[in-house]
Amino acid sequence: MDTPEVSRDLCQKAGYTFTFLSDPKVETIRRYDLVHAGQGINGQDIARPAEFLLDSSGTVRWVNLTENLWVRARTEQMLEAAKALR
Amino acid sequence: MKLQRFNWPIWTGFLVSLFAVLSYPFIFVRWPVTRDFPWANLLIFCAAALLMFIGVRRAFAPDRRKRSKVIASILTALTAAVLGLFVFSFFVAGRWLPAAHGAPQVGQKAPEFLLSDTNNKSVSLAELLASPIKGKPAKGVLLIFYRGYW
Repeated sequence: MDTPEVSRDLCQKAGYTFTFLSDPKVETIRRYDLVHAGQGINGQDIARPAEFLLDSSGTVRWVNLTENLWVRARTEQMLEAAKALR
Repeated sequence: MKLQRFNWPIWTGFLVSLFAVLSYPFIFVRWPVTRDFPWANLLIFCAAALLMFIGVRRAFAPDRRKRSKVIASILTALTAAVLGLFVFSFFVAGRWLPAAHGAPQVGQKAPEFLLSDTNNKSVSLAELLASPIKGKPAKGVLLIFYRGYW
Protein backbone atom coordinates (compact mmCIF):
# COMPACT_ATOMS: atom_id res chain seq x y z
CA MET A 1 0.00 0.00 0.00
CA ASP A 2 1.63 3.22 -1.10
CA THR A 3 1.88 6.31 1.07
CA PRO A 4 0.54 9.66 -0.23
CA GLU A 5 4.12 10.67 -1.14
CA VAL A 6 4.70 7.62 -3.32
CA SER A 7 1.30 8.12 -4.92
CA ARG A 8 2.10 11.78 -5.60
CA ASP A 9 5.19 10.75 -7.57
CA LEU A 10 3.13 8.24 -9.51
CA CYS A 11 0.44 10.81 -10.30
CA GLN A 12 3.02 13.33 -11.48
CA LYS A 13 4.76 10.79 -13.69
CA ALA A 14 1.53 9.41 -15.11
CA GLY A 15 -0.20 12.79 -15.37
CA TYR A 16 -3.20 11.74 -13.29
CA THR A 17 -5.43 14.64 -12.31
CA PHE A 18 -8.16 12.71 -10.51
CA THR A 19 -8.25 12.38 -6.73
CA PHE A 20 -5.76 9.73 -5.71
CA LEU A 21 -6.23 8.34 -2.20
CA SER A 22 -4.05 6.18 0.01
CA ASP A 23 -5.28 3.53 2.40
CA PRO A 24 -2.08 2.56 4.25
CA LYS A 25 -4.00 0.94 7.11
CA VAL A 26 -6.18 -1.07 4.71
CA GLU A 27 -9.31 0.25 6.49
CA THR A 28 -11.42 1.21 3.50
CA ILE A 29 -10.24 -1.81 1.52
CA ARG A 30 -11.39 -3.98 4.46
CA ARG A 31 -14.74 -2.16 4.71
CA TYR A 32 -15.31 -2.88 1.01
CA ASP A 33 -14.28 -6.54 1.54
CA LEU A 34 -11.46 -6.25 -1.01
CA VAL A 35 -8.51 -7.38 1.13
CA HIS A 36 -6.10 -9.76 -0.55
CA ALA A 37 -4.18 -10.93 2.49
CA GLY A 38 -0.40 -11.11 2.42
CA GLN A 39 -0.05 -10.40 -1.29
CA GLY A 40 2.02 -7.21 -1.11
CA ILE A 41 5.71 -7.23 -1.99
CA ASN A 42 6.60 -7.43 1.70
CA GLY A 43 3.73 -9.75 2.59
CA GLN A 44 1.37 -6.96 3.63
CA ASP A 45 -2.36 -6.98 2.96
CA ILE A 46 -3.32 -5.23 -0.25
CA ALA A 47 -6.46 -4.74 -2.33
CA ARG A 48 -7.78 -7.07 -4.98
CA PRO A 49 -8.59 -5.03 -8.11
CA ALA A 50 -12.13 -3.60 -8.13
CA GLU A 51 -14.03 -0.74 -9.72
CA PHE A 52 -17.30 0.84 -8.55
CA LEU A 53 -19.34 3.54 -10.21
CA LEU A 54 -21.53 5.47 -7.78
CA ASP A 55 -24.32 7.89 -8.62
CA SER A 56 -24.58 11.27 -6.91
CA SER A 57 -26.39 9.70 -3.93
CA GLY A 58 -23.48 7.32 -3.33
CA THR A 59 -25.39 4.28 -4.56
CA VAL A 60 -23.47 1.70 -6.59
CA ARG A 61 -24.66 1.73 -10.21
CA TRP A 62 -21.98 -0.45 -11.80
CA VAL A 63 -19.36 -2.72 -10.36
CA ASN A 64 -16.49 -4.78 -11.74
CA LEU A 65 -14.87 -7.45 -9.57
CA THR A 66 -12.47 -9.14 -11.94
CA GLU A 67 -11.93 -12.89 -11.62
CA ASN A 68 -8.44 -12.66 -13.05
CA LEU A 69 -5.73 -10.40 -11.72
CA TRP A 70 -4.52 -9.55 -15.22
CA VAL A 71 -7.94 -8.58 -16.53
CA ARG A 72 -9.13 -5.09 -15.53
CA ALA A 73 -12.10 -2.92 -16.38
CA ARG A 74 -11.61 -1.16 -19.70
CA THR A 75 -11.93 2.58 -20.07
CA GLU A 76 -14.80 2.24 -22.56
CA GLN A 77 -16.74 -0.01 -20.13
CA MET A 78 -16.46 2.61 -17.41
CA LEU A 79 -17.37 5.47 -19.75
CA GLU A 80 -20.41 3.59 -20.96
CA ALA A 81 -21.54 2.96 -17.38
CA ALA A 82 -20.94 6.63 -16.56
CA LYS A 83 -23.09 7.74 -19.52
CA ALA A 84 -26.04 5.90 -18.00
CA LEU A 85 -25.85 8.10 -14.88
CA ARG A 86 -28.23 11.03 -14.72
CA MET B 1 36.02 -34.48 -38.60
CA LYS B 2 33.31 -32.43 -40.23
CA LEU B 3 32.50 -29.10 -38.60
CA GLN B 4 28.92 -29.12 -37.31
CA ARG B 5 26.67 -26.32 -38.43
CA PHE B 6 25.35 -24.18 -35.58
CA ASN B 7 21.78 -25.20 -34.85
CA TRP B 8 20.34 -21.69 -34.90
CA PRO B 9 16.61 -22.63 -34.99
CA ILE B 10 16.76 -24.35 -31.61
CA TRP B 11 18.54 -21.43 -29.93
CA THR B 12 16.36 -18.82 -31.61
CA GLY B 13 13.27 -20.78 -30.63
CA PHE B 14 14.38 -20.81 -27.02
CA LEU B 15 15.10 -17.06 -27.00
CA VAL B 16 11.77 -16.35 -28.69
CA SER B 17 9.99 -18.32 -25.95
CA LEU B 18 11.69 -16.17 -23.29
CA PHE B 19 10.55 -13.08 -25.18
CA ALA B 20 7.03 -14.54 -25.33
CA VAL B 21 6.88 -14.50 -21.52
CA LEU B 22 8.74 -11.28 -20.76
CA SER B 23 6.85 -9.27 -23.37
CA TYR B 24 3.63 -9.73 -21.37
CA PRO B 25 4.56 -7.75 -18.23
CA PHE B 26 6.84 -5.33 -20.08
CA ILE B 27 4.90 -4.65 -23.28
CA PHE B 28 1.53 -6.26 -23.85
CA VAL B 29 0.05 -5.54 -20.43
CA ARG B 30 -0.24 -1.88 -21.50
CA TRP B 31 -3.13 -2.37 -23.92
CA PRO B 32 -6.41 -3.96 -22.85
CA VAL B 33 -6.69 -5.89 -26.12
CA THR B 34 -3.39 -7.73 -25.52
CA ARG B 35 -3.71 -7.69 -21.71
CA ASP B 36 -7.10 -9.29 -21.08
CA PHE B 37 -6.19 -12.33 -23.16
CA PRO B 38 -2.49 -12.95 -23.92
CA TRP B 39 -3.04 -13.99 -27.53
CA ALA B 40 -0.01 -12.01 -28.69
CA ASN B 41 2.20 -13.96 -26.29
CA LEU B 42 0.65 -17.28 -27.26
CA LEU B 43 1.27 -16.44 -30.93
CA ILE B 44 4.92 -15.72 -30.17
CA PHE B 45 5.05 -19.07 -28.37
CA CYS B 46 3.74 -20.70 -31.56
CA ALA B 47 6.60 -19.13 -33.50
CA ALA B 48 9.01 -20.42 -30.84
CA ALA B 49 7.50 -23.92 -31.07
CA LEU B 50 7.90 -23.92 -34.86
CA LEU B 51 11.57 -22.95 -34.57
CA MET B 52 12.11 -25.60 -31.89
CA PHE B 53 10.50 -28.20 -34.12
CA ILE B 54 12.85 -27.34 -37.00
CA GLY B 55 15.78 -27.27 -34.57
CA VAL B 56 14.95 -30.67 -33.05
CA ARG B 57 14.65 -32.26 -36.49
CA ARG B 58 18.00 -30.81 -37.41
CA ALA B 59 19.62 -31.97 -34.15
CA PHE B 60 18.35 -35.52 -34.57
CA ALA B 61 19.50 -35.84 -38.18
CA PRO B 62 21.78 -38.86 -38.63
CA ASP B 63 24.90 -36.78 -39.26
CA ARG B 64 24.67 -34.79 -35.97
CA ARG B 65 26.71 -35.56 -32.90
CA LYS B 66 25.21 -36.70 -29.62
CA ARG B 67 25.98 -33.34 -28.01
CA SER B 68 23.69 -31.60 -30.46
CA LYS B 69 20.84 -33.94 -29.52
CA VAL B 70 21.37 -33.40 -25.79
CA ILE B 71 21.37 -29.61 -26.15
CA ALA B 72 18.24 -29.73 -28.31
CA SER B 73 16.46 -31.90 -25.73
CA ILE B 74 17.38 -29.60 -22.85
CA LEU B 75 16.30 -26.45 -24.71
CA THR B 76 13.01 -28.07 -25.71
CA ALA B 77 12.32 -29.05 -22.10
CA LEU B 78 13.18 -25.53 -20.91
CA THR B 79 10.89 -23.96 -23.50
CA ALA B 80 8.06 -26.26 -22.46
CA ALA B 81 8.66 -25.24 -18.82
CA VAL B 82 8.63 -21.55 -19.75
CA LEU B 83 5.33 -21.98 -21.61
CA GLY B 84 3.88 -23.96 -18.70
CA LEU B 85 4.90 -21.28 -16.24
CA PHE B 86 3.32 -18.57 -18.35
CA VAL B 87 0.04 -20.43 -18.80
CA PHE B 88 -0.03 -21.26 -15.10
CA SER B 89 0.67 -17.65 -13.99
CA PHE B 90 -1.95 -16.16 -16.26
CA PHE B 91 -4.78 -18.68 -16.26
CA VAL B 92 -4.40 -20.33 -12.84
CA ALA B 93 -2.51 -18.09 -10.41
CA GLY B 94 -4.17 -15.00 -11.90
CA ARG B 95 -7.51 -16.28 -10.66
CA TRP B 96 -6.40 -16.68 -7.06
CA LEU B 97 -8.37 -13.68 -5.85
CA PRO B 98 -10.59 -13.36 -2.79
CA ALA B 99 -14.25 -13.59 -3.77
CA ALA B 100 -15.23 -10.26 -2.15
CA HIS B 101 -18.77 -11.41 -1.35
CA GLY B 102 -19.12 -8.54 1.09
CA ALA B 103 -18.25 -5.87 -1.48
CA PRO B 104 -20.98 -3.30 -2.16
CA GLN B 105 -23.32 -4.47 -4.90
CA VAL B 106 -25.36 -2.61 -7.48
CA GLY B 107 -28.18 -0.80 -5.70
CA GLN B 108 -26.36 -0.66 -2.36
CA LYS B 109 -24.88 2.44 -0.79
CA ALA B 110 -21.10 2.55 -0.96
CA PRO B 111 -19.59 2.67 2.54
CA GLU B 112 -18.26 6.08 3.62
CA PHE B 113 -14.50 6.54 3.95
CA LEU B 114 -11.96 9.18 4.95
CA LEU B 115 -8.56 8.85 3.29
CA SER B 116 -5.52 11.02 2.55
CA ASP B 117 -4.97 12.32 -0.94
CA THR B 118 -1.53 12.90 -2.46
CA ASN B 119 -1.21 16.21 -0.58
CA ASN B 120 -2.02 14.51 2.74
CA LYS B 121 -5.40 16.21 2.82
CA SER B 122 -8.24 14.05 4.19
CA VAL B 123 -10.98 13.41 1.67
CA SER B 124 -14.30 11.69 2.39
CA LEU B 125 -16.62 9.96 -0.05
CA ALA B 126 -19.34 12.48 0.83
CA GLU B 127 -16.99 15.31 -0.18
CA LEU B 128 -16.17 13.63 -3.48
CA LEU B 129 -19.87 13.18 -4.22
CA ALA B 130 -20.54 16.81 -3.39
CA SER B 131 -17.62 18.36 -5.27
CA PRO B 132 -18.63 19.94 -8.58
CA ILE B 133 -16.83 19.04 -11.82
CA LYS B 134 -16.29 21.95 -14.25
CA GLY B 135 -18.85 23.99 -12.34
CA LYS B 136 -21.59 21.36 -12.59
CA PRO B 137 -22.70 19.05 -9.78
CA ALA B 138 -20.96 15.67 -10.02
CA LYS B 139 -23.06 12.97 -11.66
CA GLY B 140 -21.23 10.36 -9.65
CA VAL B 141 -17.91 9.01 -8.49
CA LEU B 142 -15.81 6.20 -9.92
CA LEU B 143 -13.89 4.27 -7.25
CA ILE B 144 -10.91 2.28 -8.50
CA PHE B 145 -9.13 -0.05 -6.11
CA TYR B 146 -5.88 -0.94 -7.79
CA ARG B 147 -2.80 -3.00 -7.23
CA GLY B 148 0.09 -2.80 -9.59
CA TYR B 149 0.38 0.16 -11.92
CA TRP B 150 -1.76 -0.99 -14.77
